[in-house]
Amino acid sequence: MKSLTRRLALTAGLVLPLAALPAFAQTTLKVRPFGDLRTLDPMTTSDYMVRNHAYMVYDTLFAQDAKGLIKPQMAESFTTSPDGLTWTFVLREGLKFHDNAPVTSADVVASLKRWGARDGLGQQLMAHTASLTATDPKTITLVLKDRWGLVLDALGKPSSMLPVIMPERIAATPANQNITDATGSGPFMLVKEQWSPGSKIVYAKAPTYQPRKEAPDGLSGGKVANVDRVEWLIMPDAQTALNALQAGEIDVFEEMPPDMISLVKGNAKITVSKLAALQGVFRMNQSQPPFNNPKLRQAMLRLVDQEQAVRAYVDDKALYTVCPSFYMCDSPYFTDAAWPKPDLAAAKKLIAESGYKGEKIVVLDATETALSPQTLVVSQLMRDAGLNVDYQAMDWGTLSSRRTSKNPVEQGGWSTFASGPAAPDMTEPVGHLALRSNCENAWFGWPCDEAIEKLRAEFTMASDLDARKAIARKIQERAVETVPYLPVGQFWLVRGQLASLKGLLSPGVPVYWNVSKGR
Amino acid sequence: MTSYVLRRLAATVPVLAFVGLFVFFLLRLTPGDPAILIAGDQATTEQIASIRTQLGLDRPLAEQLFTWVGQLAQGNLGRSVFSDMEVTRLIGMRIEPTAMLALVAILMALAIALPLGTLSALNAGSRIDRMVMAFAMVGFSSPVFVVAFLLVYVFALSLGWFPTQGYVPLAEGLLPCLNSLVLPGLALAMLYAALLARVTRASLLEILAEDFVRTAHAKGLKPRLVVLRHALKNAAIPVVTVVGVGIAALLGGVVVTETVFNIPGLGRLTTDAILRRDYPVVQGLILVFSLVYVTVNLLVDLSYVLFDPRIRY
Repeated sequence: MKSLTRRLALTAGLVLPLAALPAFAQTTLKVRPFGDLRTLDPMTTSDYMVRNHAYMVYDTLFAQDAKGLIKPQMAESFTTSPDGLTWTFVLREGLKFHDNAPVTSADVVASLKRWGARDGLGQQLMAHTASLTATDPKTITLVLKDRWGLVLDALGKPSSMLPVIMPERIAATPANQNITDATGSGPFMLVKEQWSPGSKIVYAKAPTYQPRKEAPDGLSGGKVANVDRVEWLIMPDAQTALNALQAGEIDVFEEMPPDMISLVKGNAKITVSKLAALQGVFRMNQSQPPFNNPKLRQAMLRLVDQEQAVRAYVDDKALYTVCPSFYMCDSPYFTDAAWPKPDLAAAKKLIAESGYKGEKIVVLDATETALSPQTLVVSQLMRDAGLNVDYQAMDWGTLSSRRTSKNPVEQGGWSTFASGPAAPDMTEPVGHLALRSNCENAWFGWPCDEAIEKLRAEFTMASDLDARKAIARKIQERAVETVPYLPVGQFWLVRGQLASLKGLLSPGVPVYWNVSKGR
Repeated sequence: MTSYVLRRLAATVPVLAFVGLFVFFLLRLTPGDPAILIAGDQATTEQIASIRTQLGLDRPLAEQLFTWVGQLAQGNLGRSVFSDMEVTRLIGMRIEPTAMLALVAILMALAIALPLGTLSALNAGSRIDRMVMAFAMVGFSSPVFVVAFLLVYVFALSLGWFPTQGYVPLAEGLLPCLNSLVLPGLALAMLYAALLARVTRASLLEILAEDFVRTAHAKGLKPRLVVLRHALKNAAIPVVTVVGVGIAALLGGVVVTETVFNIPGLGRLTTDAILRRDYPVVQGLILVFSLVYVTVNLLVDLSYVLFDPRIRY
């Protein structure tokens, strides 16, 4: 036994120093992202991992700052004609793609046209566009058919799908076909030969990138890459990621489950910070009974106490917000107009008035998602109110397929599911994922309301912020009656990081410019 | 012997064909749609339909099957619907970590089980025997993920001897590679070692009661030589059979071990592909696993000849 111990110690002595040797003499930031990169095309999917990849390798003409204002990013300057119909954008000097080719206005035009064929806001911009042309190698001219108030909001859109700029040769790929070449002009470039799907994605600092001179501000400003490489190491198991962070094997752990925060409290080597805000969305299928009945949806709005629901996921008051609004609480369009307080008696009364006769309500729950605890709470509240709940647990792959069905519940249909769109997708009425009430074209659940759609159209034409706020308020007042969905609280996803990291930004989207670590 | 091997190899074809067809239809019956997962949470119905068309998922099932069989006939397992990489390349990238993990686990299991099983058989009924059997019982009834997290807590987080996760490829050196596999190998080996220890003990106990062992002792052969030269060799057939059968259990355990230790092997690829409904990858993987299983069984059968000259094929 003694000799076995000695041999083990000798082996350990031989092996461990070798393992401790650094593989590269350069600075590598190791990140456990919240998911995996499935495709490279940020214009064909709204997948947030693809959006995050896009922020690594691409840049945008405009970007949103920390206050939510849209600032020039690749653009040096822009002007508008007095009638607001002609917009001229001038590119910054020295912009280059990763293949060393200069960024020209032709690349911008081709990229925006491709984006405009897929993205919802992009499609609206293109519908209002008379022409989009490259006037000279540095100048782009956009001529609108009519005065449309969201040009900058569209071009500086912070979340999926991003209006990123790619070389014209790549942007020429049809918009319904994925690109496979990730050449961009952003602060990092994809090292494609080291990309191992499901395992590792590697980015290297782009020597061609020209950051803006300003300090980083939200998603705008100088995007200076302070590390040579960023490795996204895919780790499906959160406990494994926590172990790796504690052992210093990774630098950043995106989307650390809230119940793990207490495990690293008191560990001086690890800090926890806010990563991105989400809104819990409890969606009801309005194409089928019983939620095609607005009275029943109004009952749901009074039935659910957001605090009760959101605390099932996170119990730290600093990490959740009870927000009596369809908009994010920190949105400029936030309003609590007409919002009812949770009231079980009122909910029961509305259920009775709705004529509900015990029809089965199929609740879909993807148990691996952050919204699963909220789904359990809401399901129980529904049972308490006398609703006939059929709770069905499944994985996200199954749920995302089931929710496309418009069949009755007896034929594989559904009544509710929960999802957690990111804050940028829930801030204002036009880009708002779950407020849209354009029937067949709305998000799964298909709310249908002409009044809301008319107000959303008015919003795009409003001339200033105050006018827009007034319209956003009217939309909320109407939505409290139609209840396109049920907000079940806003909460922060958190990230664990080594305390030794400097300059890690929190603009609501995980980005890795500005961050540095000791060599 | 040659004709037996050829017959067995020929028999793998219908097995693989049946497995392939079964998996093809099973996947299509499973709820879920890769196009929806690719398109993302905010995709419109048109965008999803466009991706489905692009991937050929809108074609009739029979046409999809014929396309796949046609590709298979040319040694092509198709392309991943997510990464657009060739399935053969994806599997090729993941074989090394899984093969190394399985090899390390098998060697560890044999290194633990054979001495313990032998010790237990030679001291049947003693305290040592009871301790070994208790170890076997605990090892057999402990889930892989529990053993894995305990090992990580003790040897990686508390003592800092080994990494908590990850795999170092062989190309970066044998010792760093083995260092990254010590904990996952041990976690995976525990169940296997427990099973093998019990089989070794039972098989050896039976052999030790045979006449030829008594004869060996009677002619004055040293007890160590009796065990090593005569008893163990004759007890090997059930042990080798269990080693072979255990490969299947090992492949199952690999899925959990690779997830807990973040090893980018075939197990992780399988779970990821199933969760994403990446049909071509799942189909390719199941065929590879079947092929491995059939081959291991063939090798086990052939190895009997080495241990028992009376066996002829």
